[in-house]
Amino acid sequence: MNTLQTPLHRVQGLGASHSGTGHFWRQRITALALVPLGLWFTFAMVGLAGTNEVAVLSFLAHPWNALLMAAFASILLYHMSLGLQVVVDDYVHGAGARIFCLLLIRFVVIATISTCLFALIRIAAST
Amino acid sequence: MADKPQQPGHERPLSPHLSIYRWQVTMLASITHRATGIALSVGALVLAWWLVSISNGPEGYESFMSVATTPVGLVILFGFVWSLSFHMLNGIRHLAWDMGYGFNKVTATQTGSLVYVLSLVLAVGVFAFVWTGHAGYLK
Repeated sequence: MNTLQTPLHRVQGLGASHSGTGHFWRQRITALALVPLGLWFTFAMVGLAGTNEVAVLSFLAHPWNALLMAAFASILLYHMSLGLQVVVDDYVHGAGARIFCLLLIRFVVIATISTCLFALIRIAAST
Repeated sequence: MADKPQQPGHERPLSPHLSIYRWQVTMLASITHRATGIALSVGALVLAWWLVSISNGPEGYESFMSVATTPVGLVILFGFVWSLSFHMLNGIRHLAWDMGYGFNKVTATQTGSLVYVLSLVLAVGVFAFVWTGHAGYLK
């Protein structure tokens, strides 16, 4: 590089990604949290397979199960937005299209998290 | 690199060089990790649909189950179960790499193959467990 800028000057403003290592860490921490939560979710889904609506309702209305399902759904969707962002960063090159895709992902994810949490509150209140 | 604009007619090949590289397990596992991640994004939306349908009472639950238990619904469900198994196992492989373990060329290839085998065993195992009548223990 033929430049008089020091390396420090070039990385100011958190470097070329403008976000430092925050995304990397959040993706790893949510991944780690999703291992036990994903195993619990699989245990719950297999346990509810072949039962009826009453069994599913009473399972999800239990405070611990509601809490774990809320945690699983929100962390899953957050991890999903981080992952899809990398896909957009890799394949969508125009600045406008990129910002549009990233905003769309965030809107969908926040709407879906809100929907899941509201559904769980409705289930808890209905029983 | 960006200082010198490319001459027209001399475009460099764009990464990933899928048509140039020989296919390898590590490369395939990386692509599958991303593909299963995208598939599971759809799965997350289905999870929200499932929760909403249950919160809508018996008719809502029936409407979800009538779609989910069709042959196409079951094939998609198997896809989600395998995708979750693969993404979780390969995700653990990635976390091990992040801590500096298993980066050796031979080890990375072996764990890559292992993730494919284990994820298939897990997914088929879950379906076999349900179909042999062992599921539904949360009644």
